Amino acid sequence: MIPTHAAAAPSLNAALFDTANRKIRSLTDEEIAITVEDLNLYYGNDQALKSITMAIAAKRVTAFIGPSGCGKSTLLRCFNRMNDLIDSCRIEGAINLHDENIYRRGIDVAELRRRIGMVFQKPNPFPKSIYENVAYGLRLQGVKDKRTLDEVVESSLKAVALWDEVKDRLQVNAFGLSGGQQQRLVIARAVAIEPEVILLDEPTSALDPISTAKIEQLIDELKQKYTILIVTHNMQQAARVSDYTAYMYLGELIEYADTMHIFTNPTAKATEDYITGRYG
Amino acid sequence: MKNWWKSGAPWIWLNGGAVTISMIMVFGLLLLILVRGFGAFWPHPVFETVYELPGQDPVPVVGELRRSETLTAQAIRETGIPIPEEQLVVTRHLIKMGNRDVTGRDFGYFIDDFLEEWRYPKDMAVLERREWGDFYGTPVRLFEDGRVVAEGEALWSEFQTRVRRANDLFDEIRSIERGAIGNVNFALERVRLDRRRAELRGTLTEQLEAQLQERREHLQADYAVLETRLNELYREVARDTILMRAADGREVTIRLADIVKAWQPNQMSLPAKIGFYVDDFVGFIFGYPREANTEGGIFPAIFGTVVMVLVMSIIVTPFGVLAAIYLREYAKQGPLLKTIRISVYNLAGVPSIVFGVFGLGFFVYLTGGAIDRAFYPEALPAPTFGTPGLFWASLTLALLTLPVVIVSTEEGLARIPSTIREGSLALGATKGETLWKVVVPLATPAMMTGLILAIARAAGEVAPLMLVGVVKLAPTLPIDGNFPFIHLERKIMHLGFHIYDVGFQSPHAEAAEQLVYATALILVLLIVVLNLTAITIRNHLREKYRAESD
Repeated sequence: MIPTHAAAAPSLNAALFDTANRKIRSLTDEEIAITVEDLNLYYGNDQALKSITMAIAAKRVTAFIGPSGCGKSTLLRCFNRMNDLIDSCRIEGAINLHDENIYRRGIDVAELRRRIGMVFQKPNPFPKSIYENVAYGLRLQGVKDKRTLDEVVESSLKAVALWDEVKDRLQVNAFGLSGGQQQRLVIARAVAIEPEVILLDEPTSALDPISTAKIEQLIDELKQKYTILIVTHNMQQAARVSDYTAYMYLGELIEYADTMHIFTNPTAKATEDYITGRYG
Repeated sequence: MKNWWKSGAPWIWLNGGAVTISMIMVFGLLLLILVRGFGAFWPHPVFETVYELPGQDPVPVVGELRRSETLTAQAIRETGIPIPEEQLVVTRHLIKMGNRDVTGRDFGYFIDDFLEEWRYPKDMAVLERREWGDFYGTPVRLFEDGRVVAEGEALWSEFQTRVRRANDLFDEIRSIERGAIGNVNFALERVRLDRRRAELRGTLTEQLEAQLQERREHLQADYAVLETRLNELYREVARDTILMRAADGREVTIRLADIVKAWQPNQMSLPAKIGFYVDDFVGFIFGYPREANTEGGIFPAIFGTVVMVLVMSIIVTPFGVLAAIYLREYAKQGPLLKTIRISVYNLAGVPSIVFGVFGLGFFVYLTGGAIDRAFYPEALPAPTFGTPGLFWASLTLALLTLPVVIVSTEEGLARIPSTIREGSLALGATKGETLWKVVVPLATPAMMTGLILAIARAAGEVAPLMLVGVVKLAPTLPIDGNFPFIHLERKIMHLGFHIYDVGFQSPHAEAAEQLVYATALILVLLIVVLNLTAITIRNHLREKYRAESD
């Protein structure tokens, strides 16, 4: 071990935080929305997630970081059972959303996904108008009342600060929007059905810096109402937007704690190497 | 040299050459069809001359030049015509002489060397007749009920007026025969079938019998009225006749009722020729065939082709799309699915005549026979659906083109980005909702591509159709004013089969040659129009569902 970098690390990322005024949070003080119990995930014979156990704080932003292929996206997709779409995927263990195991038999997966929304890496609006994109989830639930739909579309678009940009062209195809606008539209679409949890899978990796800043600001606002889980490759982003950070490596949860704690004073050597950029 | 070889330039030349040859072949084909097809209706000048073979009597020749060719003198000598020894090549003309009823042959080959000078008399006229083809000659006198009404200078314009009158009357006769009397016959047949049906069911009461009798009498009264009118018209139309002098000096009387149109090509101006051409072309497209299809128009064939392709599209699209959705979205991937998919793809490679045989055996005889026994017992033993017809032809073609639609749709579905599906699923949509609300709309352009390929294939297909519903001459169109308006059981005419029939099965091969090209041209144009329509729809859909990845 080289003694110098152990000494250098704590001060390295301190600039990102207001270390003097911000307290280190502890999960024990939080209301817990989701618990993961001994989760193992296999693709055929390959184990992609190894015995993950963690608790997710309600109305907080939890970031998952780690090198490519560490399983953070896979883990995120476990929360709304998106992995069900992959035939070879097998899951052991449990994820409890308010004490209900989402992997128990007989659960309504569609209903679950209504409670846990998801936004993907690449903006994926539907080939419909802006209005219909936002109203899609409600229409699925059988909402037909024009006024209700109008209200929800407006409030959702306002929630993602897109309303002013698109209010005059709600009936225009959503593909006409810029990438950043599309991503905010997709978030509005997720928000429109009032989920409890929102999963963000590298939501800004396909966007320019200005759009990224808008989305990050949006995340900050959304956590007032929603529990947010975000996967990101951008260390700064994790530091900026999240309250808790989980560092994963090769399918294992290496370290999970308050974001400031992780970035300024990581316990594990591997975490420190990664966040200081020495990894790889 | 070695460097040139290494630079890859030869490959570029080779590839470019292949493209060039393909283009030459395609454009050559189109050019030939365009020139011959569009050229078929141009009014050619008519000449008069004398043909005198050595040692034979001179023969007067009147006609228009169809084609000239150069042959070796030896080949002609072998046919017994004495060509001077020192001469090496001979020019031979194919001349259309018309007057089939007078001389017995309307086309002839003539050696240029034995033809006298060609003269183009101004008063030479061509009469297109409803029977016996064209008549070439000079008008002499015009008669009304046997009295002379015009000759000399005034004759031609008077003659044209009276030809128009005769044509108007003839159109009325046609419309009564085809339309009104056709409807009465249709209704009478319905009465007969109603009676027979009641008889078979044992519900034929005296009251019903009386009712049917009343309907029958009513129709027969209608028919009597029409028949009176028809006889009147026939008398009217037979009023005028014209005396024509043929090439050999023989004088022939022709009824104006038999003349479709008449023209004097040697004194037509260019605008008149253009007008004539347009008129002729329109007549070809909207007219009915005459004389074993070698004269007249091809409207029933165009109509039949279009209706058949449309019915096929209506059948094949939902079937193909649903099958493709199942194969791609729901079926469990495995060896069974692989086998099914390979089978479907290979259906496209089965020779089309095999589909025809299958259609005849399975659709026409088995299915159609069963339908007849179940739903049309009153018409038996005359088959209704148990005989080749529009529906079976469309169904057979639908089967033939099904793989194309399935493959295109499957490819379209596979191209939809998975993120879009996931986006829908993540909002709590079920698989079915995702499919019908998001995925299928996005795949519609691909479905249209499949349909375009299917239409192109189906409109040009001939072999299977000969077995399952296309005939040389269909008496009625598959759509008319009689309930149920679309008659799926009727036999239809088809452009592809028409080409084959006119070109190779007609007694007057020379007369039909131009029509073959013209019909081929119309078939090509029709397919282009059908495809352009489908492509426009597809582009519209593409625009609507334009994904950023496109």
